[in-house]
Amino acid sequence: MTDTQKTQPADKARLYWRENVKLLCTLLAIWFAVSFGAGILLVDLLNAIQIGGFKLGFWFAQQGSIIVFVILIFVYAARIHAVEKRLGVAED
Amino acid sequence: MDVQTLTYIFVGGSFALYIGIAIWSRAASTSEFYIAGAHVHPLANGMATAADWMSAASFISMAGIIAFAGYDASVYLMGWTGGYVLLALLLAPYLRKFGQFTVPDFIGERYYSKAARVVAVVCLIVISFTYIAGQMRGVGVVFSRFLELPIESGVIVGMGIVFFYAVLGGMKGITYTQVAQYCVLIFAYLVPAIFISILITGNPVPQLGLGADVAGGVSVLERLDRSLVDLGFTAFTEGTKSRIDVFAITLALMVGTAGLPHVIVRFFTVPKVADARRSAGYALVFIALLYTTAPAVGAFARLNFIDSVHEKPYAQAPAWVKTWEDIGLIAWIDKNDDGVIQYAAGDAFEGRVAFSGEAGRHGERLLDNAPTASANEIAVDRDIMVLANPEIAGLPGWVVALVAAGGVAAALSTAAGLLLVISTSISHDLLKKTFRPQITERTELLSARASAAAAIVVAGYLGINPPGFVAQVVALAFGLAAASLFPAILMGIFFKGMNREGAVSGMVAGLIFTLGYIIYFKSPWFGATNTAEHWLFGISPEGIGAVGMLVNFAVAAMVAHFTAATPQNVRSMVDAIRMPGRASD
Repeated sequence: MTDTQKTQPADKARLYWRENVKLLCTLLAIWFAVSFGAGILLVDLLNAIQIGGFKLGFWFAQQGSIIVFVILIFVYAARIHAVEKRLGVAED
Repeated sequence: MDVQTLTYIFVGGSFALYIGIAIWSRAASTSEFYIAGAHVHPLANGMATAADWMSAASFISMAGIIAFAGYDASVYLMGWTGGYVLLALLLAPYLRKFGQFTVPDFIGERYYSKAARVVAVVCLIVISFTYIAGQMRGVGVVFSRFLELPIESGVIVGMGIVFFYAVLGGMKGITYTQVAQYCVLIFAYLVPAIFISILITGNPVPQLGLGADVAGGVSVLERLDRSLVDLGFTAFTEGTKSRIDVFAITLALMVGTAGLPHVIVRFFTVPKVADARRSAGYALVFIALLYTTAPAVGAFARLNFIDSVHEKPYAQAPAWVKTWEDIGLIAWIDKNDDGVIQYAAGDAFEGRVAFSGEAGRHGERLLDNAPTASANEIAVDRDIMVLANPEIAGLPGWVVALVAAGGVAAALSTAAGLLLVISTSISHDLLKKTFRPQITERTELLSARASAAAAIVVAGYLGINPPGFVAQVVALAFGLAAASLFPAILMGIFFKGMNREGAVSGMVAGLIFTLGYIIYFKSPWFGATNTAEHWLFGISPEGIGAVGMLVNFAVAAMVAHFTAATPQNVRSMVDAIRMPGRASD
C-alpha cells in the first residue's frame, strides 16, 4: 500500500468532521436567534411590530420558533447527507 | 347516547387496540425488548417519539398553563421543542452509530468505567420515576372525571394495561402502541381545537385563528389582552417573569429534553444514522402539531372562560361550572353576597380549597377558607382547561369522550416509555454489565420483564400516593437531565479529551448542585423563601438546570485537565462514532 492510500480515509474523516461542525454552528446560531433572540431577549422590541393580529415577538415565542426548529432539523439532515455523498463517507 | 357511555366506548375501544397490538408484536430477544431490534421505520419512530414525549402534562396541562400564564408559558413551548434540535444535531445520530441499548451503555463505554455507568443509572432512575408518578396520576384524573371511578381504580386500570403491553412486548410492543396512541391523542386534541377556532373566529386552523379577528373586528389576542387588563391581570402577550429567568428556564428545558433517557433511547430503534436524524425531524413535526395548537386552545379557553362566568349569576352558570365544582377543581366564594360571579386578578381566598360540606344560598359548595381582599370570587384549577374546553364551547358529547381517550393515551404512552428505560437500566446496565455479567440472554430478558413489572407497581403506588410536591418535581427531572446526562453525552462525542475522571466528577457536581438548589427552595426543610430576590442571579429552581449544566462543564474540564489522558482505544471509538459509515478500512 502506498502512503496516500493509507492516509486518505483519516483525512476524509477529518474533513467530514470539520464540515459537520461548521454546519452545526450555523444551524445552532439560527436556533439561538429565533428562540432566545426573537422570543426572549428582543421580545419587547419585536412586539412593537404587528403582523396579522400577532405581536411579532410573541408570535416567535409561541409559534415561529417551533416552526423554524422543524425546518432546521430537515435542513441539517439534507445538508449533511450531501456532504457525506460528496466525500464518499455515507452509510451503505 | 350520553357522554359517559360514549366515553366508555372510546376509552375501551382504544384499550382493545393497544392490547391487540401488544399481542401482535411480542418481543422474543433482548434486542427486540430493548430497542425493537433496530428495525423501526423513521416515520413510525417519529410518531412513537412524539407520543412517548407528550405526556399527560402536555395534553392536559399545557394549554391550561398557557391560558393562565400567557407569554410566560412560552418557556414550555420553546423549551420542550427546541430540545429536539439539540437531539437531532448533537446527540441522536452519534448515539445511533454507537448502537447499543441504553444511555448508561454509552456513558459507561465512552468513559471506560463502571462508576460512570452506575452514576448514569442513578440519574436515569431518579429522572424517570419523578416523571412517571405524574403520568399515573393523569390516568387517574381522567378516569375519575369522565368515568366517575375513584382516582385509585383509574390508576390500577392504567397499570394493568401498561403492564400487559410493556412486559409482554418490550420496546417493540411499546413502539407500535405508541404509534396508535399518537394517532388517538392528536386527533383528540385537534378536533375540539378546530371546532372552537371556527366558533370563535371562523378560521378552521387554530394556529391562524389565534391571530384572526373575533366578532367586532379585533384580533383574539388583542381582545384577550384588553379583557385581562380590564380585570386587573397582566396582558396575555406580556410576561411577569424576569428576562434572565425566562432565558434560564427555556435553556434548562431544552437541554433537559435532549438529555431525557426515554427520549434518547427511541433513536436507538431505527436502522441507520441518517434515519436517526430524519426521525427526530418527523418527531418534532408531530409534536409541533400539538404544541403550536396549544397556544390557540389556551387563548380561546381563557376568552370563553371569562365570557361564560364573569358577571354571570351563579344560579344561571353553565353546567360545567357545577360539574367541576363537584370534584373540587372550581370553587366560588360570594364575597359581596350578590349571587353573581365576579372574576378578577388575585386569589379568591387564602390557601387551598377546603369545602365546609354545606351548600350556600345559591346551591354552591361553601368554603372554610378565609376570603382575600381582592374582587376575585372564583378559583379554577388550570388543569381542567383542556378537559372542560369542549363543554365550555358546547361541543357534542363524542368530542368530550374523544378528549378523555386522548388524555389516557398521552399518559399511558409516556408511562410505558419511562417504564422501559427503568427496566432496561436495571436488567442490562446493573445486572448484565455491572454485577452479574455471567447471566444468559434468557435470564436477562426475564429480569427485564420482572423489573418492568416491579417498576409498574412502584409507579402505581406513586400515582395513588403522590409525594407532597409532585407537581413541582417535574422541574427536578429536567434539571437533573440538563445538569448530568446531557453534558456527559455531549462531551463524550465532541471532546475526545474528556476522560473518565472529568466526566464522573462533572456529572456528580452538576447533579449535587442542581438537586441541592431545588431541594433548598422547594422542600419545606430549610424554610427558604422561594422568591426572586433570594434566587441565585434571579434564576428560579425551574431554570437552575441551565446553571447546573455550566457547573458540570466547568468541573469536568478542570478535572480532565489535571488527570490522565483518554486512552487511545477510546479515542478511536469516538472517531468511529463521528463517522456515519464504517470509520476506516
